[in-house]
Amino acid sequence: MLVVAFVSFSLFTFVGDPVNNMVGEETSDLERAEIRETLGLNDPIPVQFTRFVRNASKGNFGISYQLRRPVSELISERLPATLELVFISSLIALVCGTLLGVYTGINRKSFVSDIILAVSLLGVSLPTFVIGILFIYLFAVILGILPSFGRGEVVNIGFWTTGLLTISGLKAIILPSVTLSLFQMTYIIRLVRAEMMEILQTDYIKFARARGISEKSIQYKHALKNGLIPVITIAGINIGTLVAFSIITETVFQWPGMGFLFIQAVKFVDIPIMSAYLVFIAFIFVMINFIVDILYYFIDPRIRVKSESANG
Amino acid sequence: MDNQNLSFIDKIIDSDIYFAFIKSPTAIISTVILIIIFFCSFFVELVTPFNPFDPSSLDLMEAFTPPSWSEDGMSKFLLGTDGQGRDMLSTILYGSRISLIVGFAAILFSLILGVSLGLTAGYFGGKYEMVVMRITDVQLTVPSILMALLVDGIARGVISKELHDEMAIYVLIFAIGISEWPQFARVSRAATLVEKNKDYISASTIIGVPNIKIMFKHILPNILRPILVIGTIGLALAIIAESTLSFLGVGVPPTTPSLGTLIRIGNDFLFSGEWWITFFPAIFLVILAFSINLLGDWMRDTLNPKLN
Amino acid sequence: MSFLKIDNLSVNYRMRKETVYAVKNINFDVKKGEILGLVGESGSGKSTLGNAIINLIDEPGKISNGKVVLDGINIYENLKDIQKYRGKKIGLIFQDPQTSLNPLLTIGEQLIETIQTHLDLDFKDSKKRAINLLQEVGIKDAENRFDNYPHQFSGGMRQRVVISLALCCEPELLIADEPTTALDVSIQSQILELIKTLTKERNLAVILITHDMGVISETADRVAVMKDGDLVEIGTTKEILTNPKEIYTKSLISSVPPTNKKISRFKIIEKKENSERGVNIKILDRWNKKKLTSQNLIEVKNIKKTFQEGMFTETSKNTVMAVDDVSFAVKEGESFGLVGESGSGKSTIAKMIVNLFKPSSGEIFFDNVCITKIKRNKEMMNFRKQIQMIFQDPYSSLNGRLKVQDIIAEPIKLHNPTITNNDLNNYINDLLESVELSKKSSIRYSHEFSGGQRQRISIARALATQPRLLVCDEPTSALDVSIQAQILNLLKDLQEQLNLTILFISHDLPVVRQMCDRIGVLRNGKLCEVSDTEKLFLEPKHEYSKELLRLMPKIESIYN
Repeated sequence: MLVVAFVSFSLFTFVGDPVNNMVGEETSDLERAEIRETLGLNDPIPVQFTRFVRNASKGNFGISYQLRRPVSELISERLPATLELVFISSLIALVCGTLLGVYTGINRKSFVSDIILAVSLLGVSLPTFVIGILFIYLFAVILGILPSFGRGEVVNIGFWTTGLLTISGLKAIILPSVTLSLFQMTYIIRLVRAEMMEILQTDYIKFARARGISEKSIQYKHALKNGLIPVITIAGINIGTLVAFSIITETVFQWPGMGFLFIQAVKFVDIPIMSAYLVFIAFIFVMINFIVDILYYFIDPRIRVKSESANG
Repeated sequence: MDNQNLSFIDKIIDSDIYFAFIKSPTAIISTVILIIIFFCSFFVELVTPFNPFDPSSLDLMEAFTPPSWSEDGMSKFLLGTDGQGRDMLSTILYGSRISLIVGFAAILFSLILGVSLGLTAGYFGGKYEMVVMRITDVQLTVPSILMALLVDGIARGVISKELHDEMAIYVLIFAIGISEWPQFARVSRAATLVEKNKDYISASTIIGVPNIKIMFKHILPNILRPILVIGTIGLALAIIAESTLSFLGVGVPPTTPSLGTLIRIGNDFLFSGEWWITFFPAIFLVILAFSINLLGDWMRDTLNPKLN
Repeated sequence: MSFLKIDNLSVNYRMRKETVYAVKNINFDVKKGEILGLVGESGSGKSTLGNAIINLIDEPGKISNGKVVLDGINIYENLKDIQKYRGKKIGLIFQDPQTSLNPLLTIGEQLIETIQTHLDLDFKDSKKRAINLLQEVGIKDAENRFDNYPHQFSGGMRQRVVISLALCCEPELLIADEPTTALDVSIQSQILELIKTLTKERNLAVILITHDMGVISETADRVAVMKDGDLVEIGTTKEILTNPKEIYTKSLISSVPPTNKKISRFKIIEKKENSERGVNIKILDRWNKKKLTSQNLIEVKNIKKTFQEGMFTETSKNTVMAVDDVSFAVKEGESFGLVGESGSGKSTIAKMIVNLFKPSSGEIFFDNVCITKIKRNKEMMNFRKQIQMIFQDPYSSLNGRLKVQDIIAEPIKLHNPTITNNDLNNYINDLLESVELSKKSSIRYSHEFSGGQRQRISIARALATQPRLLVCDEPTSALDVSIQAQILNLLKDLQEQLNLTILFISHDLPVVRQMCDRIGVLRNGKLCEVSDTEKLFLEPKHEYSKELLRLMPKIESIYN
């Protein structure tokens, strides 16, 4: 985390001159110097860094260059939108992906499997934004049943705004989340399939068969359980990818989330937002990795229970 | 029996890979498609009569012409024209050339960087390996798009706008390349570890062969297979990444449009009915990526000894 | 009354270029209460046959012909229904207990599942039955171990668990496919005893598939010999071992290293080579044959080696002391054997002698120079060419991407950079002929050769720098017994003619007896005993040596 903070900080300090970016062209040199003093830009670097970290941990990331509002405010506004989107998408991707992956892994030669695989390959080849545009065109323009932008109506719960409790909100989230999930789903399908195929060739599966255990039992009880382990790690990492890809989806659907914010920031070189976004993403990743590690602990007995080393 | 008498071609034909290739319609089709695309894109000047970037050849009267098979279409513009009167087909081919160049260059950069680091990390081990792997781990948690965006963003902040536009392609190649190298490093290292444990490497060490020679002569040729698979799929990813970045507006400058830029421009016209301006570049991009992925997928299945 | 009758069984594999006939019209039968040994070398079809009995053959294999009659019933009547016989009437166990068990389920769960698949018992009764079974196969504290996971058992214990799983539904036929090959010799004898006991107590019919003649001699009542899918000969164990009728059987038995005496060479019957003088060693002319002194060529003094397990070690519990204060010496021209089970440290010692890594402490002297202290590469090169090694795995010891001539050229070019192409090719050809490979082999790739031939290429490569010491790390453990005999003969000839000193690492006592003048016995990194070969075998001093000798499977036990 500290590494990321440092990177953010360097961005902040060294890329461009913050003051020049903040104020217009007409400000006099004297005023610029004054502002510099107020912002503490003349202090030595280590001091600035500690201040940055302290501020960051309190949630204070400074003021956006472009929008002139505190970054933390901006983020807390947009965060729920992105998180909801990511959450629904990963749910879709995980559930559908695993089911389809298991199916294609078990029925290697069936025609249906081939079709699923071909479509999944297509899914990887279609850039997210193309899918998004396609969907918008299909559902919003031609069929007109789903909205093509925005979030619908939202309900405020504390500091969180949710679109899941309104019909229009639900309608609005369908297209973007499906778009977002497709890329991930493809990946999961292929992963699960590869795992299943490999497991079905192992000795312990063979031995189970030799003991007369039914095929169905073998597939769903033995193979699946072992196959899910790597999926968990990948799923964890992929939540991170989802957050990144949400940038694209949010742009296409004009979904008011953090990704959209970030793109604007890159275009206008709005450093505070960029660095804040970075820190946030890093935080999410660290959290997810942590959760995945814990999950691993529960699922794989080899990690949980120490093994014997004596020769018996 | 006497292998030296068989010509090189004969040996290829006899090999298992060729056999699998011939038997697989997907492999053949995708390769053919790719060859066509590559040829047309790189020799686009020979293929089309139009040069969409020559302002003098444009006629605004011909703008917004639908594809040739629809009512108002004209036969000389096979796929119609865009808002400036540019022929869609030529524009797409020019754009595809840019996309391909960026894609290839980025992946090449990634490959060289990643394989060198991964191979040496796997071979030498110790602290060096730990450091390299930590870096790849950390970077792998950052999705490539984000990485590329970041690098691009920093570049914009550091270089002035005019210089940035000129160097945009290089920045883009660097950005995408940097975002993909950990994959190569990871795969190379894993494969290197497997080979390193094999006795023939020990044998060469015992003979006294210096490390560099062992890495290049023995290990590298034996780890090429999985690298090739990752490379092919990575190429598709790089092309998509480039088009995504261009679509978002942070890729190639508008003066040298790639497929992504074209799609973005076309997007604005989508709702007013001129669907072809965004549709055709999108289809082209998809076909390109799909063929590469098909090929890569086929490679992965044939080159993987375990799944036979 | 035979319980199992195999009737004209054939299995073939339809491959890309050809069809492989793995099992060809096999006929035999097995009675209850008897152990039939099914013996053969690799590719003989014995494992395929074992799997075929319960139709465990994977694509592209198919049972093309024949039937299996179990207790009067043709179980091949409807191949798809064979599942109800698996586990219930016929049990099958595999070679590697590590991979035979699902790592995520406790052994209790796996037992209960099997029991409930075939028998109509509720959970409580199933559990009781399972625990009884675990006790029967010799697992102490069965009640508690019921809830353990497979990785919590050691190799031998795991195989017992596997056996209990195979027998939990009371099958009457047990097929054991190389059940002890992956285990240490001491564990091996325990498992074989267990199988013998279970056979008697439960009146089982047992097919014991193995390549080890010693195991056959001690365990099987009758023996069937297979080669290339055919059944060559079948009879009682005594008959087959003392009075074999077929040529193949005779040559198979004569290739097995005797455990009760030392012979000068293995008799190879099938090959048409003159068993008198083995090999035309062409490189003899180039060899700078040194006169043998009675000096020590290698002196190992108090070496220790510890390994860190994994990179994320937090406690010192993760260090393994592979070699613990070992000292010995090898005279010039002699053949010294290092013998021990897995984990004894013998391979580690070998690797330190050839300088693949340095010992954690202690010194190694070669020709009175301390080579463990050498830091500069140039100095090291001088010694590298004098010490060479051949490895256990014929498949990973050659780079599959290089032609044979390039593999052998590498050491030559490295140590003689000025050699001309012509000289180089001549030398390579001489080397190949010295290991009994034709000159034409040099332009081929290693994957075109069999295991035994690859070992010959390895030997050629090792000899290329004219070493004085040849370290052989289990050079024949991965080879069929008849090939092993040939390679061992070759090594003996080479040693004699070239005045080589050999350090021979192995776990196989009979082989070591035939190959070595003196032997060191290792256990868990410590050297238990060093003595002349015959003395060791006739009057072992250390407890462990005695134990090893006692448990070693002897092909001659049939005489008792």
